[in-house]
Amino acid sequence: MTTTKYDPRVLKAPHPVPGAPDNWKRFFSFNTDAKVIGIQYIGLSLFFLLVGGLLAMVMRGELITPPADLVDPSVYNGLYTMHGTVMLFLFLFPVLNGFNNLLIPTMIGAPDMAFPKLNAAAFWLVPVFAVVLLSSFFIPGGPASSGWWSYPPVSIQNPLGHLINGEFLWILAVAISGVSSIMGAINFVTTIIRMRAPGMGFFKMPVFVWTAWAAQTLQLIGLPALTGGAIMLLFDLSFGTSFFRPEGGGDPVLYQHFFWFYSHPAVYVMVLPVFGIFSEVITVYSRKPLFGYKFVALASFIITFLGLIVWVHHMFYTGTPQWMRNLVMITTMLIAVPTGVKVFAWLGTLWGAKIRLTTPMLFVLGGLVNFIFGGITGVMLGTVPIDIHVGNTYFVVAHFHYIIFNTIGFGIFAGIYHWFPKFTGRMYYEGLGKIHFTLTFIGATLNWLPLHWAGLYGMPRRVASYDPEFALWNVIASIGAFMLGVASIPFILNIVSSWARGAKAPANPWRAIGLEWLLPSPPPAENFEDDIPTVISEPYGYGLGKPLVEDEEFYVRRSMEA
Amino acid sequence: MTSTRKAPKKRLPLRLLAVILISTALDAAMSFQVSRWAYGWLPVPASTAAPYVDDLFSLEVGIGAFVFIGCVGFIIWSLLFSRAEKYDESDGLPIEGNTKLEITWTVIPFVIVMALAFYSIQVNEKLASLGPKQKYDVALNQSPDAVATLDARRDIGPIEVISRQWSWEFVYPDGVRSSELHLPLNQRANFLLISKDVLHSFYIPAFRLKQDIIPGSVISYSITPTREGRFRLRDAMFSGAYFSNNQTDVIVESEEAYDSWLTQTAKRPLVQGLSPGTPLYEKRLKDGDRGWATVPPAPPPMVNDPGNPEAPHDA
Repeated sequence: MTTTKYDPRVLKAPHPVPGAPDNWKRFFSFNTDAKVIGIQYIGLSLFFLLVGGLLAMVMRGELITPPADLVDPSVYNGLYTMHGTVMLFLFLFPVLNGFNNLLIPTMIGAPDMAFPKLNAAAFWLVPVFAVVLLSSFFIPGGPASSGWWSYPPVSIQNPLGHLINGEFLWILAVAISGVSSIMGAINFVTTIIRMRAPGMGFFKMPVFVWTAWAAQTLQLIGLPALTGGAIMLLFDLSFGTSFFRPEGGGDPVLYQHFFWFYSHPAVYVMVLPVFGIFSEVITVYSRKPLFGYKFVALASFIITFLGLIVWVHHMFYTGTPQWMRNLVMITTMLIAVPTGVKVFAWLGTLWGAKIRLTTPMLFVLGGLVNFIFGGITGVMLGTVPIDIHVGNTYFVVAHFHYIIFNTIGFGIFAGIYHWFPKFTGRMYYEGLGKIHFTLTFIGATLNWLPLHWAGLYGMPRRVASYDPEFALWNVIASIGAFMLGVASIPFILNIVSSWARGAKAPANPWRAIGLEWLLPSPPPAENFEDDIPTVISEPYGYGLGKPLVEDEEFYVRRSMEA
Repeated sequence: MTSTRKAPKKRLPLRLLAVILISTALDAAMSFQVSRWAYGWLPVPASTAAPYVDDLFSLEVGIGAFVFIGCVGFIIWSLLFSRAEKYDESDGLPIEGNTKLEITWTVIPFVIVMALAFYSIQVNEKLASLGPKQKYDVALNQSPDAVATLDARRDIGPIEVISRQWSWEFVYPDGVRSSELHLPLNQRANFLLISKDVLHSFYIPAFRLKQDIIPGSVISYSITPTREGRFRLRDAMFSGAYFSNNQTDVIVESEEAYDSWLTQTAKRPLVQGLSPGTPLYEKRLKDGDRGWATVPPAPPPMVNDPGNPEAPHDA
């Protein structure tokens, strides 16, 4: 067991906003409290979820009929590019960094992040690149319109010839986002390694912390490749270099290697913390220990390792040699093993459980079903001969939305509901939450399930128009998409009204086990301050009757008195 | 695999064993049926490669269905029988894990995916022998002819497939140019895939064939069609504004029909070929050039046979 020594008082800095944690103005300031930054991240990213969702609904409006009749095809291309970029860089990464900020320090008993100012700076880069990215809607020529992959040469064609064009702003925004993510990653990894509570060895950390650590390690390894590729792309676009221009001797396929070396692991950066959320939520609402905790924890790093050597599966039909395709097919399929370990562990946790179907549990179970489905189609896509048929069709769109929304999105909603009382100090409305879940599950299924068949039948992705034989699947998908738009209404209503006038939350409304639940709701600025509990048990000791920390009664009493 | 998980460590009660056996059998039967349906989810198989791809797909659908039905069935079963009553605040069984079981569900998926991978590698090798593909860097000064000779077993070709923003042009060895791709049945056709501007992808769903076309490279690719008909050829790699319109047809016909088409077409004068982006772009200019920036379409290729884009296609 490793015991980390540090002096928590070193971190104590004067709080910039007086009256915290009751003063709402702190959310609009350069605040260094991780819990404030966490809520800043989540609030801002939920706003961009609405922006990205609106873009998606215009796209689905266009696709409800075969011809391109709602918007010009060039506009459609810009819309799908911005939809993908907003959802990834302005919704998913920030919202998960929000969870990291809220949960890592509280779960490991640290007063704050290792580098609070760096943490705040990383957050404030998000609105900066958001403005850069969204301003491209208002410049001549419109935003970038070559997809979030931005493959050259089409991405560097620059039809108007202006120096400041949509693609230029897009690359700039992606580069700033990369810097922000690296700053975040350094912070999270350092905090996890150096600032755990006394007694919390690695195998006493909650699974969310394990998965966040595995994910942020990927950020540190992968992001430099993407940022390097983006800078070369910028030079090709603006300064006439030929890294990727064939007429100058460059190789357009080289960019794809740079891009996917990071952007495939990026999916694991997003899905790993959601596996963490699944593990936290399932145990609480099953009232059972996580089945095979150590296996689940270690599987995260196996995914990290394998995730770094699968990127070529995005390039099976770009002329990669046979040996490379066969090798990457094996590594891609191997990912099914550690993810299978996790899925079976969650199912094992349901065995003999006392299940309570609260909103977070519903979202996790729905997300788990979707993830099993998306994982199976993922193995299919990893199979070279099948990928050569369905690659770049709507089958891929359906598959990755099953992962990125139907799994990751569901996990995020589950996390928001589950920890809402802890960090706002208010209870959410269970009824509205269940309406939100029902609409989301039905909408998401209608939206993406039928598109698998459209893709199998040969409908390419990223099209503004399509042959009439694909119409039925697309009508159903569009109805599902509009339903997802409607589903956001009960969610917003729930979050806003609960925070404003919901019932006061007790310290531990779910009778959950974990350091964060030994804190008052909402936790004070420096969490446990000087009096950090000593961890003596593995997490998730439901039904085992063992205390999590030494002198647990004292912390429970203190959290209730606050 | 999905059901051994349910077993407690020792002394399996007989009733539970019966439930597991019956549900596994049911799961297997349903999965087998789904794997049969899977053939119907794909376009008609129209090349020698297609049956291999379809068999592999059906197998993976079957395995996938077994896992999915097993897992979801277990979740539903848990929701029915392991729910807490409304005021029941007790905990579930305090089981922390079972090392044997955990090793089992690591090893079995490992064996399954490795078996799948090795089976797929064999299919890969088979497909490579049916339609080898070779990429050549133009910068290395390899002439397209040198590329074509590499598929010595071709029956016809090399047919140059020239892709542009946004048109397809097919140039036959005797100089015939066409906007639609005519191929004789059961003959191995060799293509040279060429792009004049950006990335495109040569995708014929009925052939289960997709190959990106890389500007600066020439890719030699062979395929043998096995079914007569008119099949869609789609650009599958995003190529700019009118990408989605960059489609044409492949016409597979009997050898006689193909030969007569070739001789007839050779006599026809060159006319403007199919360029689906051009009329849309002209309409856009007429309507005041609204929308976001795009490069103008390349001039339509001059061809002997401009094709018939209105004709209904089979797949």
